[in-house]
Amino acid sequence: MATGQTLLAATGIAKRFGGVQALSDVSFHIEQGEIYGLIGPNGAGKTSLFNVLTGIYEADGGTFTFAGAPLANLKPHQIAERGIARTFQNIRLFANLSALENVMIGRHVRTHATVLGAVFRGPRTLAEEKGIERRAYELLDYVGVQKRANDLAKHLAYGDQRRLEIARALATEPKLLALDEPAAGMNATETADLRRLLERIRHDGTTILLIEHDMKLVMNVCDRVMVLDYGKKIAEGPAALVQKDEKVVAAYLGGEVTLNLKGTG
Amino acid sequence: MRAPLDMKSPAIARITIVVVALALAVLPFALAGIGTAWVRITNLAILFVLLSLGLNIVVGFAGLLDLGYIAFYAVGAYVYALLASPHFNLHLPFWVILPIGAIVACMFGVLLGTPTLKLRGDYLAIVTLGFGEIIRIFLNNLSQPVNITNGPQGITLIDPFRIGSFSFAQSETFAGLTFSGPIKYYYFLVIVMVLIIGLNLRLQNSRIGRAWEAIREDEIAARAMGINTRNMKLLAFAMGASFGGVAGGMFSAIQGFISPESFVLVESINVLAMVVLGGMGNVFGVVLGAILLSFTPEVLRYTVGPIQHQLFGRTLLDPEVIRMLLFGFALVLMMLFRPAGILPSALRKRELESNRVPQA
Repeated sequence: MATGQTLLAATGIAKRFGGVQALSDVSFHIEQGEIYGLIGPNGAGKTSLFNVLTGIYEADGGTFTFAGAPLANLKPHQIAERGIARTFQNIRLFANLSALENVMIGRHVRTHATVLGAVFRGPRTLAEEKGIERRAYELLDYVGVQKRANDLAKHLAYGDQRRLEIARALATEPKLLALDEPAAGMNATETADLRRLLERIRHDGTTILLIEHDMKLVMNVCDRVMVLDYGKKIAEGPAALVQKDEKVVAAYLGGEVTLNLKGTG
Repeated sequence: MRAPLDMKSPAIARITIVVVALALAVLPFALAGIGTAWVRITNLAILFVLLSLGLNIVVGFAGLLDLGYIAFYAVGAYVYALLASPHFNLHLPFWVILPIGAIVACMFGVLLGTPTLKLRGDYLAIVTLGFGEIIRIFLNNLSQPVNITNGPQGITLIDPFRIGSFSFAQSETFAGLTFSGPIKYYYFLVIVMVLIIGLNLRLQNSRIGRAWEAIREDEIAARAMGINTRNMKLLAFAMGASFGGVAGGMFSAIQGFISPESFVLVESINVLAMVVLGGMGNVFGVVLGAILLSFTPEVLRYTVGPIQHQLFGRTLLDPEVIRMLLFGFALVLMMLFRPAGILPSALRKRELESNRVPQA
């Protein structure tokens, strides 16, 4: 559960694509052990915020501070090394590799074998290889796709692919796990499984930043929620309160409907 | 995890290794019985195996399409030629030059890799193609104002391999067997080939090999998983290039003469065809592809003419024309019936199998 210690703090994040202001002056913080939700209508800038956070885009303004150190000008692989792992909205697994290999690749950043190590296969490399494989099996088991370990990632069912992506991200030993719509395309049973998985990950010590459109999941699992609309933060707070916020309702349902709602009480 | 050959038990594996080793040991004498030319052809085929294995790292593992690979072969060949010929009157021993050739080629690999880090697919192919041509044109023209490469005339009288008074160019009789120059080179080449095959297999099943495959599959995801894609791509270019450099040095010594003519674009395409035909990403497939594509044109060279004479009593069509026609036809058929190569990589085979049995 939330410990009150700040893990990630963002101040004044801005990002512009040509004439579109994708993010303007977005500030928030995530506490250690929290599940922090990020919601908003399509095109609100949620994924852009993820991409700026994980170094895929460069921010035009603002700073991130992660675990006490700034994340300025870091490449994506350096950010992964610092302890932020992510999944992608449109699943990006290594499609032609097996599920097991996908997770093994996630161990890359926490292992050290060089070309010489790989060629001579000394005892240390061998031990490391064994450790990589063992951990990969553990993680497949953890997310519940252990039976598909040797199948190509692209042949997994949609829900399994989503969970495999989480296993791959967990293999990098993240402090913060950033999930981009993990429940998209899942049925009710799968979403319920996912909810249990998220709670278990948090229980095991990893903080979660969650983009999600499934409001039931967000309201059930998130401690706090931030709402983005047109690149601006319009609300933040405990899920139940945010849900009732007028600006949030307006952003989701459109201005006119809101007037209408007010009219009819 | 990814056994390239189906070796169910260690006993079968051991027997296979012994049989292959014996066959490789006896082969040059059997070939010498048909004609010494065949030993030379075999040596060139092994050089192409080495080249294909090098290119396989870049194209098969890391997924970076390189159409100028022969440039590294050229660099290795010229490094050897310049350091072991009367041209500069330098005569360094081969075991000094081969590593130098590998390092210089490796530097050229990084030189090509650095500006192309952000390119993929077609764009990368065009830049690498240009790079290959630039190297060849340089070799062709670096005879003025200072004569470095001797231009289109090439470099002659290149030293053969020599250890003390033991020269790879002379024939020697030992235990009743005649070891001709090409046969000595053959054994040396086989040893290098076995080492490089082992190196490739180990690289593939390692943290480095997996990182290359991740880049081939999805570069953005690879970066997000903490893989330094810049370094890994440069490493692939550098390793591929150094294999090419070593092969080039040996080519120089075996031929005794090199010129820019040996390093034209068609050669790059030829090596790429070996990699693709054999089965991209599968080390043994690539070896098989290189052997087949090296031998088929030679076998046709010696058979097309005589067969015409037997059938029609005279030469109806120019053997050279028919040879290339048959060769091209065979390639087209191959790609139609085995698009993933003769020995598809384990991954592609798995893919085909699971396509046949649809899964929920």
